[in-house]
Order: sequence, then structure tokens, then C-alpha cells
Amino acid sequence: MKAIYKRELKSYFDNVIGFVFIAILVAFTGIYFLAYNLAGGYPYFSYSLGSVLFIFMLAMPILTMKSFSDERKLKTDQLLLTSPVSISSIILGKYFAMVTVFAVPVCISFLCPIIIKANGTAFLVADFSTIFAFFLLGCVYIAIGMFISSLTESQIISAVGTFGILLVLYLWPSLIEFLPTTANGNIIGFIILLTALVFIIYSITKNWLISAVLEGIGLAAILITYIVNKDIFDNGLSKLLSNISLTAPFETFAYNQIFDIGGIIYYISIIAAFSFLTMQSLQKRRWS
Amino acid sequence: MIEVKDLVKKYGNHMAVNHLSFTVEKGQIYGFLGPNGAGKSTTMNIMTGYLGATSGEVLINGLNVLEEPEKAKKSIGYLPEIPPLYTDMTVYEYLSFVAELKKIPKKEKEESIEKVIDMVKLEDVEGRLIKNLSKGYKQRVGLAQAILGFPEIIILDEPTVGLDPKQIIEIRDLIKKLAKEHTIILSSHILSEVSAICDHIMIISHGKLVASDTPENLENLMSGQNTLQLSIKGDKEKVQKVLRSIKGVGALELLPTVEDGCVEINVTISDKTDIRENIFYECANNKLPIYTMKHNKVSLEDVFLELTESKQDAKEDNDILLSEGHIEEKEEVSEVSKEEKLDESNL
Repeated sequence: MKAIYKRELKSYFDNVIGFVFIAILVAFTGIYFLAYNLAGGYPYFSYSLGSVLFIFMLAMPILTMKSFSDERKLKTDQLLLTSPVSISSIILGKYFAMVTVFAVPVCISFLCPIIIKANGTAFLVADFSTIFAFFLLGCVYIAIGMFISSLTESQIISAVGTFGILLVLYLWPSLIEFLPTTANGNIIGFIILLTALVFIIYSITKNWLISAVLEGIGLAAILITYIVNKDIFDNGLSKLLSNISLTAPFETFAYNQIFDIGGIIYYISIIAAFSFLTMQSLQKRRWS
Repeated sequence: MIEVKDLVKKYGNHMAVNHLSFTVEKGQIYGFLGPNGAGKSTTMNIMTGYLGATSGEVLINGLNVLEEPEKAKKSIGYLPEIPPLYTDMTVYEYLSFVAELKKIPKKEKEESIEKVIDMVKLEDVEGRLIKNLSKGYKQRVGLAQAILGFPEIIILDEPTVGLDPKQIIEIRDLIKKLAKEHTIILSSHILSEVSAICDHIMIISHGKLVASDTPENLENLMSGQNTLQLSIKGDKEKVQKVLRSIKGVGALELLPTVEDGCVEINVTISDKTDIRENIFYECANNKLPIYTMKHNKVSLEDVFLELTESKQDAKEDNDILLSEGHIEEKEEVSEVSKEEKLDESNL
């Protein structure tokens, strides 16, 4: 793992990618810091960080796009996969290298609350914990980007795909508002969701019996719940889906100054889930 | 050392490797020979744990590559078809990265890198970026990577591709040198290469092992079809009549005359017995002086073509080593009978 970590990290700074990524994040953090805190006089740095989140969508794909797709294209994955290292340590090595690159702008941003402090009232604890949440959210995005990169041979597809997913995640809270509010509308939504899920299960297992049984059980459960208690379905979809919002825990940190332990656990589990998916995607490629 | 048991790899409906089984013994050079697309690279990729097999298993020193990958892979050095090089690193950096990947202890690391660089003759380019190297040098860096740490088994997929003739000879010598302490498996579609360096040849066609033996034995296998080329002074009809009377003589083929008054003739020997003496005495009795007698052994090339191509194709493209993998279904039949024949003679 150490060898891969070292090589990856070095490669980020041998290419311009590492520098470009750091430059973009530092520059935009600086701009928002200047606009909101220095010029606007707002004492919370976390507010600026909330806006930097938007820049994530552009910067993260640059960092993650080549992590696995490039290996596959240059066939260097053959070296990694035939050497006596486990797949998980390959993934962790690469992941930590990206996290390290990302840690550079995050560390620089620790200066901002201190600058505010030097010029008046600052809320150091709140700001520092927001920076921590910001870092974790970035790590989640890196894990997602890494997974997308492991799916394709092309860096471009990897970058665009990651951008698309991050954009959807960014817009998630607003998108949810478009969902139907009535019980009848929601039940249709749930059925569509269930069918999509069953379809995914089918495409993985290729077993129509299991899929059909699952679909049947799901449908029955939805219908029984609907007959027993119709009111649950009012706004049910948006309630369910807003729980998966990735930015919500960060916003609790940034705007409400609450240290959200649940949110941190949520972030860490998403990181673990996507690292696991990356592992599966690498494994799967060997069997197809 | 290596045991491959009933290996199958399917890509959709296409059988890339078709029930392949063989064992590899210590300290020899094995050659995988087969036309392009025969399944050589796929087999090597499965043996090294890069790909998973549809069914069957590979045991390296008794360890299953899929169940205990880290232990099993430790004893393998692999050079894939396309050398897996990080082009943004220098040669030395790259080799030191590979050394760390292979978990070579820190103390020995530098020494073994130096040794490998010396063996593959990379001193001149040690500090250069891999992306600026020529194809030949890249191939050598790939080879260096494979032998780094001196694993027991070294697997090389077409190691001499892209090298100039001088380099090819150097690499062959290197492989022979390595074979003293290592087991080497290499693949090639170039026959002369395989016959020059390998102790044991495995011919693969359509993902099946069609022959596995030493180069000499493979040639002997086909000795039923050996021919004698004779140049006899005398009358055409008489020569043919005399030759026909000898037991074991098969078809006669007249060749264009080279010397005046001499008959050039190709005699196919149908028996496996040596009939050269009989021919000599018979001709002498009939006052037919033999000017030359040459034993034309079936070359490895013929064996290869026999086993991998249809007979018709083989005759047409006798001069090329192989035709690029367009092998038709109909050969399956002839192949099967060949296999049986080989099995018998192996026994």
C-alpha cells in the first residue's frame, strides 16, 4: 500500500493535475473568503466554505479521473494485479494519495478563521469543525470519483461521469422539491423506485425468479401499507430521499454550527461503501 | 511448480481457453507456441492471477492463485504482452516502485535493482523518463521489472517483440542464463525463437493444448512422413522400379534434374524404420550409383503448421511461419485425430 501511495502522490505532482487541483480550490476559497468574510465582514468562515462546495463539482473530477481509468488504459493495472499486493491495498493506496492532495488546500484554509480572529470576533471551534466536515465531504466525493474511474478506461468519461453525479448530488435538495406530494403520486414513485431496484438486482444476479419474488413482496408491502395507513405516503418520497442528501450534514455544520456526529458516521460509511464498490468493480473486470 | 488443471475461459460465447491442463517442472524453459488469438496471453494472464478463469484452477507451488493470491504471486515475475510501464517515471524510479510492490526487503532493494539493470543493460537510460524511451528499451524495462527480485517463476509474454536482431540475441542469452536458477515460461508466435531457447514446447491452438513435448520429440513425432532426397545416376524408369521394390518406400516424387544423367527423386518413407542401407545395397546391386542421399526430417515448422492449420493452408503458406489466426472450424476434426495420435506416441 505504501509503495502505491507514494507513487500516486508523486505522480500527482509530477503531472500538473495535483497543482491545478490545489490552485483551483485555494483560489476559490480565497475569493469567497475575501467576498464574504473580509469585504462583507461576516464572522463565520464556514459560510464561505458552503459556497466553495460548488467548486467541488469542477475540481473533484480532475483529481479522481485518472486514478483507475489511466491504469487500465496503459495496462499498468496488470502490474498491480499480478504483484503480491491485495486489491484493497491498491485501492487504499490510491485513495489516500488523493485524500492527501485534497488535504493541502484544506490545511491552507485553516488560516482563514485565524485571519478573522486577528481582525475581530471569530468562532474558531465552529469554523474548524466545519473545515473538518468539509474535508470529510471532499473525501466522500473522492470515493465516488474513484469508483466512477474504476468503471471506465477513458479519463474523459470518468471526469464527465463524476461531474454529472456530483452535480445531481449538489442539486439533490432542490430536485426533491419537484417530487409529488400526494399519497397517490408517491405510491407510484415508490413502485418505480422498487422496480428500478429489482432491475438492478436482476442485472447483477441474472436470476429472474429472485427478482420476481422481490418485486412481488415489495409491491405487496407497498399496497398493504397503503391500505392500512394512507397518510404515511404523503410526501413519503421526498422524506425518504432527502435523507440521502450528501450536503445536508455539512450544512448542519456550516450554517447551524452543530457538530453532527451522525453526519460524520454517514460520510464515513459512504466512503467505505464506495471503496468497497471500487473493489468489486476491479474484481468483476477480471471475471468478465 | 505450476499445475494448470482443466482451465476454461469464456468471453461470451467465445472459448478463449478450452480445457487446458499441463504441469510445469522446475528449472526448464517452456515455450507457448500458437498463432495469434490461440489463447496464449489469456492463459498467462490467468496463471498470474490477472484474470479469473471460468472454470479450472492454477496452482503455483501448491497454492491456488485465486485463493492465496499474495503468497502465490510472490513467486512469479510477469511481463505481459504490453509492458506495464508508468511512463511518467524514470527507469530507476519505476524499478524501485516495482521492488517495493514485490516487497523486496529494503537492504536488498538497491542491490537487486542494480543487478537487474546490469543484466538487461539499462545503465544508459537509468535516469531517463520511460515515455522518452524507444520501444526496445521499454520492452527491456518491462523485462527488468519481471525478473526483479528473482522470483522462482518468470513468465514472459512475447519477450522479444519490438527488439532489433542484436537485442533479441542478447535477451535470448539472458533468458538461457536465467533458466539455470529459474523456471521460465515464454510465449511466442515465432517458431525459431521457441525452438532456439526452449526445453519444452507447448503448442496451443483454439485454446487447446495440441502438443507438448521437447522440440526434438515433436520433430520425431512426425517421422512417419520423413523423406529421403536422392540423386542417382541412371535411367529414370529403372531407378523408380528399383526403388519401388524396396520395402518401406512410399510415394516417389521426381524433381527437376540438376546433374546430367542423374535422377533427382524424393522418397517418402512409409515405415518408421531406417531404410537408407536397403536403398544403398539395392541400388548398388542394380548398378545405380547414388550421388547424394539426404534425410529430410520434418521441421518443427511443419509440425506447428500441421497442428494449428488445415493441411491445405499449410501447403500454400509453407514459407510463412503462420497465417494470422484465420483458422476455420473444419480443422477441428483433423486436430482431434492429431491429438489422439500425439497422445499415443506420448505414451
